[in-house]
Amino acid sequence: MWSFSNIADSIHQWLNETFHPSVAVIFEMIIAGICVISLFAVLGLVLVLMERKVSAWIQIRMGPNRVGPKGMFQSVADTMKLLVKEGMTPSGADKFLFNLAPFIALVVAMLLMAPLAFAKNFQMWNVNIGVLYISAISSVSVISILIAGWSSNNKYSLMGAMRSGAQIVSYELSAGLSILSVVVLAGSLNLNTIIQSQADGWWIFKGHIPVIISFIIFIIAVTAETNRAPFDLAEAESELTAGFHTEYSGMKFALFFLAEYVNVFIVCAIGATLFFGGWMPFHIGHWQSFNHVMDFIPSSLWFFGKTFFLIFVIMWFRWTFPRLRIDQLLNLEWKYLLPISLFNILLVTAMAIAGWYF
Amino acid sequence: MYRQTEIISDDSESPSPGGFGEAGDLIINVGPQHPATHGVLHLVITLNGETIKKVEPHLGYIHRSIEKMCESLTYRQFIYVTSRMDYLSAHINNHACALCVEKGLQLEIPHRAQVVRVLLDELTRIASHELWWGALAMDVGAFTPFFHAFRERETINDIMEETCGARLTMNYFVPGGLMADIHPNFQKRVKEFISLYKLKIKEYDELITGNIIFQNRMKNVGYLSAEDAISYGCSGPTARGSGLSCDIRKLYPYEVYDKISFNEVIENGGDSFARYMVRIKEMNESIKIIEQLIDNIPEGDFQAKTKVVLKLPKGEFYSRVETARGELGVFIVSEGGTTPYRIKFRSPGFSNLSALDHMARGSKLGDLIAMMGTLDLVIPDIDR
Repeated sequence: MWSFSNIADSIHQWLNETFHPSVAVIFEMIIAGICVISLFAVLGLVLVLMERKVSAWIQIRMGPNRVGPKGMFQSVADTMKLLVKEGMTPSGADKFLFNLAPFIALVVAMLLMAPLAFAKNFQMWNVNIGVLYISAISSVSVISILIAGWSSNNKYSLMGAMRSGAQIVSYELSAGLSILSVVVLAGSLNLNTIIQSQADGWWIFKGHIPVIISFIIFIIAVTAETNRAPFDLAEAESELTAGFHTEYSGMKFALFFLAEYVNVFIVCAIGATLFFGGWMPFHIGHWQSFNHVMDFIPSSLWFFGKTFFLIFVIMWFRWTFPRLRIDQLLNLEWKYLLPISLFNILLVTAMAIAGWYF
Repeated sequence: MYRQTEIISDDSESPSPGGFGEAGDLIINVGPQHPATHGVLHLVITLNGETIKKVEPHLGYIHRSIEKMCESLTYRQFIYVTSRMDYLSAHINNHACALCVEKGLQLEIPHRAQVVRVLLDELTRIASHELWWGALAMDVGAFTPFFHAFRERETINDIMEETCGARLTMNYFVPGGLMADIHPNFQKRVKEFISLYKLKIKEYDELITGNIIFQNRMKNVGYLSAEDAISYGCSGPTARGSGLSCDIRKLYPYEVYDKISFNEVIENGGDSFARYMVRIKEMNESIKIIEQLIDNIPEGDFQAKTKVVLKLPKGEFYSRVETARGELGVFIVSEGGTTPYRIKFRSPGFSNLSALDHMARGSKLGDLIAMMGTLDLVIPDIDR
């Protein structure tokens, strides 16, 4: 069967035959880097278009339909516009930090791509602490927002950044705890091992109620962590005009925009990996023939299908719900989500010890 | 380059809006260019963290001196200018002016014109509340309702376009009745709209009214007691949300409002949610009024016989109507000529805005935006 791993293996073999192994490694790194950047760009374009189409569908509109067939190239045209637009730096801004912030956002989003398993045997970095790595690196994104808000020398930006700081720091806790429940069940921090442990059924089905609870908490927490509505207080268009990126324009703004969408993709990919088996096809216990039929659907399709379903859910939130107030937002986390997830992790641990899962 | 102007406050003790407040205070300008002010309103907000300490509205960015302009326009002409005041209820503005001139001329207008005026007033009220509903949802962060509201509003605008020839500034009511007769399709189209509206209003409740986030954002926020509502001169849904009975249609009925049955919607909550519910229920009451009248439009003239040049007798004339935002008063001082000597509009938005500072103190910045939404401010109505 056609698979990413075959292509990767043949490239690896050819490089090693042609060049010295150490040179081959450098070439492989460059190829991987180009892959990440192009995947990044393509994801940005696809997700922006998807958001506009989904919102248009929810809002009984047409959405973009002029550039290319069914408006397919609208986001390409938008990118071209942003590329040639002047990226202004306000005179009162801290110039170094102001220009640094969008790149931090971008780099963080890129780093998070490394341990994701896009298909069977297709992973950039098979690290044994994958889950820990993801939760550690994703915390860095708040720094870019804080820097952007502070260095803009704009009161709206500063308020947006402060809100975002409070929000991301709080919601990371319940996001981490809900991820941990799957780690407890799978017994590993390695994303590959977690996917393999779902070969006879995804955790959302195997772990029944406690895992469903932690999945719901996860999806709420990551919506907050990526600053998406109904938790978009950092941007809060009607309150803070554009929040932390009020002063950004041109490509610097586009980098924030891109990082936001790629972050959405990454958190949904993590959700799909932990709760829906990543690239693992839909398997039911020992139904060998059924599982075999499911295996015929390529693993990359399974991964992207699940991820895009979760992205759709998050977009659905955004275009349906009103925004929370800052104190309600923090109350929701500290008074409801955190105690529930703390109790839930105990429940999952008891379940894992007693073996009360399928 | 622009010159920075220093704003000097009369009260030297309190911090001036251009200067600095107490230590730790943040003074920010919301507007005149801001997505939440729905126009060119300028609020200078003193914040402590996220908590509001003071709100100072600065007016005048869209002041077109309509009152002064009216002094040099004849009694037939000045009505056209008033469509530009509260552009969301242009019919009702025209209505107030027409009523005032008719009072001065002691003109009896045909029954057909009276009924059509009430019908169009109520359609305008629904259209205005639809837009308010969408804009309020946008203020609290939900974008989708705006498009749903516009779907229904468009049908009303289509009806208006057919009958009046315009979609926003209609200028259809003239002293003595209507400018032209209604379109033959009018009754059919209005009935179509009523059935569409009854189908879609359920969506409104599902999308926003019943939403837990929305209710939390609205309840116990922006409290305005009945006493404060009186002292700030609030009117319309803003005052009725505080439990005040102030519907001009009930208290001082004009046209055929005393002959039809409808309820004055009063909520006793006094918070943002009460004001929200008043407007939602008012739309249903308006539908009730339209249903009673749409099949009973009497035959006859659409305009009373008037002289070509209108001259009001010497004296002072006042008329008031209930617009979608509250009480609109028109005061004309006549010296007996063809143009008013002095004209004054008592606009609902101006008085309602004055309560904002009182309501907003102590609440969060996000709530201020939601409160402004529930006041239903139309900036050209405030500035005139």
